[in-house]
Amino acid sequence: MLVFLWRRLLYTLPIMLGVALVCFALVHLAPGDPLVSILPPDASAELQAKLKELYGFNRSYPEQFVSWVWRALQGDLGTSIASNRPVFSEVMMAVGNTLRLAMVATLIGFLFGCLFGFVAGYFQNSWLDKLASLTSVLGVSVPHYWLGMVLVIVFSSILMWLPPGGAGPGGSGDWAWDWEHFKHMLLPAITMSVIPMGIISRTLRALVGDILAQEFIVGLRAKGLTDFGIFLHVVKNAAPTALAVMGLQLGYLLGGSILIETVFSWPGTGFLLNSAIFQRDLPLLQGTILVLAMFFVFLNLIVDVVQTLLDPRISRS
Amino acid sequence: MPLTPLDLGGPAQPMLSVRGLVKHFPLKKDVFGKGGGVVRAVDGVDFEVLKGETLGVVGESGCGKSTTARLLMQLIIQDQGELIFDGQTVGGSALPLKAYRRQTQMVFQDSYASLNPRLTIEDSIAFAPMVHGVPQSEAVARARDLLGRVGLAPERFAERYPHELSGGQRQRVNIARALALQSRLIILDEAVSALDKSVEAQVLNLLLDLKEDFGLTYVFISHDLNVVRYMSDRVLVMYLGQVVEIGNSETLFNNPAHPYTQALLSSIPTLDPDRRTEKPPLAGDPPNPINPPTGCRFHPRCVHAQDICSQKMPVLAHTAHGQQVACWMHVAGSAHGLAPAHPLGSATQEVA
Amino acid sequence: MHITVDPQKLPELAMQKSAGYWQTVGRRFMQQKVAVAAALVVLVLLVLAVFGPWLAPMDPYQSSILKRLKPIGFPGHLLGTDELGRDMLSRLIVGTRLSLFIGITPVICAFVIGSVIGITAGYAGGWVNTSMMRTIDVFYAFPSVLLAIALSGALGAGITNSLISLTIVFIPPIARVAESVTTQIRGRDFVDAARASGAGAFTIVRVHVLGNVLGPVFVYATSLIAVAMILASGLSFLGLGVKPPEPEWGLMLNTLRTAIYTQPWIAALPGAMIFITSIAFNLLADGLRSAMEIKQ
Repeated sequence: MLVFLWRRLLYTLPIMLGVALVCFALVHLAPGDPLVSILPPDASAELQAKLKELYGFNRSYPEQFVSWVWRALQGDLGTSIASNRPVFSEVMMAVGNTLRLAMVATLIGFLFGCLFGFVAGYFQNSWLDKLASLTSVLGVSVPHYWLGMVLVIVFSSILMWLPPGGAGPGGSGDWAWDWEHFKHMLLPAITMSVIPMGIISRTLRALVGDILAQEFIVGLRAKGLTDFGIFLHVVKNAAPTALAVMGLQLGYLLGGSILIETVFSWPGTGFLLNSAIFQRDLPLLQGTILVLAMFFVFLNLIVDVVQTLLDPRISRS
Repeated sequence: MPLTPLDLGGPAQPMLSVRGLVKHFPLKKDVFGKGGGVVRAVDGVDFEVLKGETLGVVGESGCGKSTTARLLMQLIIQDQGELIFDGQTVGGSALPLKAYRRQTQMVFQDSYASLNPRLTIEDSIAFAPMVHGVPQSEAVARARDLLGRVGLAPERFAERYPHELSGGQRQRVNIARALALQSRLIILDEAVSALDKSVEAQVLNLLLDLKEDFGLTYVFISHDLNVVRYMSDRVLVMYLGQVVEIGNSETLFNNPAHPYTQALLSSIPTLDPDRRTEKPPLAGDPPNPINPPTGCRFHPRCVHAQDICSQKMPVLAHTAHGQQVACWMHVAGSAHGLAPAHPLGSATQEVA
Repeated sequence: MHITVDPQKLPELAMQKSAGYWQTVGRRFMQQKVAVAAALVVLVLLVLAVFGPWLAPMDPYQSSILKRLKPIGFPGHLLGTDELGRDMLSRLIVGTRLSLFIGITPVICAFVIGSVIGITAGYAGGWVNTSMMRTIDVFYAFPSVLLAIALSGALGAGITNSLISLTIVFIPPIARVAESVTTQIRGRDFVDAARASGAGAFTIVRVHVLGNVLGPVFVYATSLIAVAMILASGLSFLGLGVKPPEPEWGLMLNTLRTAIYTQPWIAALPGAMIFITSIAFNLLADGLRSAMEIKQ
């Protein structure tokens, strides 16, 4: 098993390199002058050349790539063209906000997803199952940005119970786990949780159904195990996959938060990405995509490792 | 029926000569370089298949029978050794692979997995002729004709799909497919092992009839000794990737020469109270093809093993009854205590 | 050699022509009421997509300053008007065409390209497989939304660019599924039997592999359509996809955002259309999947 983990770890390295490469290529494939946002239209050629040199845009692509990666490994992701602050600190602050939101959302989605999934799997083909399955299909199909809008309409505009956006009274830098802040998080978190809830619920329904149909369950019952005991067995068998799916969903939320953050003006990485794109702020864009992608890669790695540790079948293969 | 490919060497020339076949499968090494090694699936196999005979091949799981079958079909390529088909080297200029594949075909064990679930029966059978240039209408006609020959009425079966047929029927289809190219040598790899006994009997009789009708040569691989005895003219016994005994079927079953063959045959359950099995026929641990024992591979489990057996590997030698055996007990003048002192008859001895 | 005939089965066997694979799938599909209902909804949407401009009661581009943001049920405008005074019903109907187009087209393109990559890698095996699939894995290492947005952001706004970026996003998952299925099929005895009959690789892939692989890959691709639609409309919602004044549901959500305080239900309408379409395609894909399962 250690061998497997070691190999899995090693395998991540070329992937990370590939990701960095794609990241770099993506951004530089953008047409248009990266400096257009800060240069005045009548800037002299001399000024343009100077700025280019400052940001390193005048060197060859391989050079730029290598120096970017080298500095990134040391924590320096360059300086944002638009805000003139270090990319790294901007991204990290944003990541903090998104992570908070995503984790709460994943938790909610996981809890309800497990609930619906187990109910559906245990009571297959009954009305409970149909209801739970319906809920999960709806969860998976909903355009989450629209759902966000609807929730804002209902809870903010009509009922006026919750604020429509932002991260709290202190702005994006200040967070505390109190009701003042939490009520800003509630709507976006619920919105974000819907798709993971749908996916986890569907996966678990199939999984629980499969486990219950297996012969060893009949054997356990024959030995006199109570329903609760059997339930624990099912949980034990379903846990690795359920946790894996949850981990993956967290990754997707981290990477895909932009839509919801736009709806709720949540100052996270998605929001940052949005402004980076529209301001054509190359260093910021590059840095944000890189950090998000790396998070996702690491998350996948952790999910694999945890799954191996929990599921004895995989580790022995 | 159109002309079959011409017989080249006459009845005396073997249909297939297998010389020095070796196939090893490497094991994955981990990142630290540990755990390498090879599985010696087939480790030096020589034998001949005579024209018009049925050569049975027996041995336990892991002895290399299936690998040998796939090597004979060239579905996997050997590391060393060659195949000579009717005097021509397979894969050489006179007999390129595609031409060899017209002459030799195989029937697999799993009747369902051997058929493309998306093709009708007649399409499955007609595929091979079409690959070799036979026009479609003619290939389909040939397919239908073959279906009739194997006992499946073409009107009822030609346009069906594999999942609609029973195991025995599917195996008949596989046999028909093997005949579609008018091949001369058919390799049957556990072809009846998965069938119910009654169906098995029907299919075996079909095989015998077809062999006579078409003048076929069979290599019949099976772990079921009774079936092999029923079907084969000669039998070849394999152990851990090597041939340990070859001989005429009846002779081998009545007078097994190699200790392994003896053990194998005595393990056949019988209802005869006079032939009760009293002691376990085989001692020791089952073989490991990754690290085979030195010398004679059977020696750790052999009742008659002596020093020479662990030191030198015996090569096939002839016995009094006309079999070939790879055992020091049968090599005259060898250091084994039970070996005969002088060579018997006109048989030659080979000492490793 | 005697052919044994079961007299009781004779009439039935003689009359019956055996059902092909797709006929069986079709029959099983029809037995699922929910899936059939979903298929009908999809059909209606397709009709709207094709015939939208003729079915719409008014011109979706005609704006009117006086009639901005009129509520649902306003005389002459069944579903009200948008922020530029255009008729909502007409825009929703005509918008079907673009919204479906930007969702389905990338999936089709990715299906073709991904299948070629996956089947080639799966059949060839060895280093060809490893190198191809590792490259695919690098793209797969990005969360899809992030990749789509990054690509769109890089390429710029516009329909063509979002089609390209979405296609690229969906190629890796399809290629992976194709490779996995192909590798499984490759190991089956009937492929060995085909090799044993002397057929070349292309013939074997054409006759034996494609028929067994494209089905499952197709089903997987259909399950991606809903996601693609939501993502495509999402891109327009962010301003990275379709540009105004084209009617497209995601774009409409964007431009109507400010109206959520004045006419909330109108602002929500385009999203409801996306929701309905997505449900229908998901249920359709589910139905197709269960119709094709257990077949082997």
